[in-house]
Amino acid sequence: MMRRFTLIAVPYLWLLALFLVPFVIVLKISLSDVELARPPYAPHFDWATGIWAFLSELDFENFTWLAEDDLYWKAYLSSLKIAVVSTFFTLLVGYPMAYAMARAPQEWRATLMMLVILPFWTSFLIRVYAWMGILSNEGFLNQFLMWTGVISEPLTILNTNAAVYIGIVYTYLPFMILPIYAALERLDESLIEAAEDLGCSRLSAFWLVTIPLSKTGIIAGCFLVFIPVLGEFVIPSLLGGSDTLMIGKVLWEEFFSNRDWPVASAVAVVLLLLLIIPIVLFQRNQQKQQEAEQ
Amino acid sequence: MLRPALCLFAPKPLIARGPSLAPVRTCGGRSLTIPVFEPWNDPEAKPLIQFQNVTKRFGDFTAIDDLTIGIYEKEFFALLGPSGCGKTTMMRMLAGFETPTEGSIYLAGQDMAPVPPNKRATNMMFQSYALFPHLSIWENIAFGLKREKMPKHDINDRVEEMLRLTRLEKFANRKPHQISGGQRQRVALARSLAKHPKLLLLDEPLGALDKKLRQDTQFELMDIQEKTGTTFVIVTHDQEEAMTVASRVAVMDHGKIIQVATPDRIYETPNSVYVADFIGEVNIIDGTATPNGPDSYSVAWKDGQAPLNVQSPADFSEGQTCHLAIRPEKVTINAEKPEGVDNLVQGKILDIAYLGNISTYHVELPSGAVIKAQSANTRRISRRAFTWEDTVWLSWTATAGVLLAE
Repeated sequence: MMRRFTLIAVPYLWLLALFLVPFVIVLKISLSDVELARPPYAPHFDWATGIWAFLSELDFENFTWLAEDDLYWKAYLSSLKIAVVSTFFTLLVGYPMAYAMARAPQEWRATLMMLVILPFWTSFLIRVYAWMGILSNEGFLNQFLMWTGVISEPLTILNTNAAVYIGIVYTYLPFMILPIYAALERLDESLIEAAEDLGCSRLSAFWLVTIPLSKTGIIAGCFLVFIPVLGEFVIPSLLGGSDTLMIGKVLWEEFFSNRDWPVASAVAVVLLLLLIIPIVLFQRNQQKQQEAEQ
Repeated sequence: MLRPALCLFAPKPLIARGPSLAPVRTCGGRSLTIPVFEPWNDPEAKPLIQFQNVTKRFGDFTAIDDLTIGIYEKEFFALLGPSGCGKTTMMRMLAGFETPTEGSIYLAGQDMAPVPPNKRATNMMFQSYALFPHLSIWENIAFGLKREKMPKHDINDRVEEMLRLTRLEKFANRKPHQISGGQRQRVALARSLAKHPKLLLLDEPLGALDKKLRQDTQFELMDIQEKTGTTFVIVTHDQEEAMTVASRVAVMDHGKIIQVATPDRIYETPNSVYVADFIGEVNIIDGTATPNGPDSYSVAWKDGQAPLNVQSPADFSEGQTCHLAIRPEKVTINAEKPEGVDNLVQGKILDIAYLGNISTYHVELPSGAVIKAQSANTRRISRRAFTWEDTVWLSWTATAGVLLAE
């Protein structure tokens, strides 16, 4: 009994220390007021005045501010749009790759899997900087296109939304490929043959059998991309332009440029609440998949 | 044989066509009035499927080796052989999943080479059943019909009919993982029959079922085959299954068909030691033949044993090496020396395999050869006249065995 309790306690303690406690701190800051001090917010808990005096100074002012200034909800909406569109593009690129991997000869699969995971071995920042080198006006892409004669003027890609999409698709591709690959690899080849035997062309067998049977992989992959992209900060700030509006970037600016910790914390709390919806949906998808496998 | 309660089909009693029973499918008491179904003996009959010098190679490996055979309409044709003998390749070529490296396959006179699997009038029942896990039983059966763009109410009627035929009405709305293995097997059958195929291919259809259910299902398959009049080709490595269901059995080895014949002929008159050995139990006695009359031979074998008298339609010259194949149940075992028999040997019981209804006795002759004899346990085991180490007499008639060259 004790053993079991200890075993369960470990992940809960982990969650408590690394998620719940920081979250409560952020929540507390979001309910505070900005102040020119270190740290730049008030009130602070004081044993002398007691807990009630402390709590009475907290308010929802920052959250009302978020609703009043249209920068924030525009940033949320823009992030949502960028997340949806880039998830779609990642799916478009990732599905054929996962499909090709699952159909590759058995002895190649481990190597292909390795190639998908390999970029994780280098720093994420370095890879994004590499894209700056590729996409800039004097970058490799423009040089190559001008050398081949496809274009005469360099294309402006860096510091636009297009560069953000490219960066996101590139960075999050493995998260899309791996769950889809896992679903497709389990797919029994004879199901496709059965569909063809019953009158399906190759294409309709793909639509009627392969796609529905890899549905859980597709859903899992989409959530794994969508959830982190919604709060993405590095890619839009390095590859995006001044008009690229994403909530992660706003959050960063509130914290470090504006030094308005309470508003920044309020932005973070709302973002977390927004993310709970897709996370719950993702969990349900995973659970359904596990039930189907039993 | 009592039909188990599971089989709710036509109440006519089916007789198990074991190896030693009648060659034609008989229906209790009416067997004499049923015309013999033997299109392969009719020179006028055109085969539904014709393999013409078909060879299939995978790299260096020859799966099918210059094979020519015809399969006739309404036949229940069994491909029997050990794994890797090419039987599954043959079936996959019929379905269109493989194409012959050389030669051609004709279905109803049409060369099948350019026809893709989805355009063939054949349907296949897969070994794994290959039921679509995301579709209900009803949708699984309707799958092929919907691809034909059949009107909706016709699909309904046809699916209902198939559900009735396979007694799955109650499970129409379930998903494949919610039903038992036997039911899944029937869904697979219903789905493959729904499109009225000219030819139904069954790839080890009963492999996943336990023995009892397998036997019941064999009779169901035969019943459905008779009812629908569809030509069935079944692949199996289970010789009993092939013998039970098939009108003809093809025994295969290394990409070649060694013998094609009705189950009783395969059993009674195998054309080679391989076939004799593959089907059932057999004693193979090696010797040299000396003709002593029309189709009659004296076979000299072990030193110190009297030559054997064999009557077998074969052509052997003086002193030619031969193999006498004789089934254990055709060897009579006696405690006393019997009189007036064609062949008689004496030996000691080495081993007894007791199977309940029958026992197989392994009898060692003074020369060291071991001959198996089988007899029905008509007496209680305690009243058996002989047991281990007893000296017994084995006898058989001259016509009991077959003389084989190879």
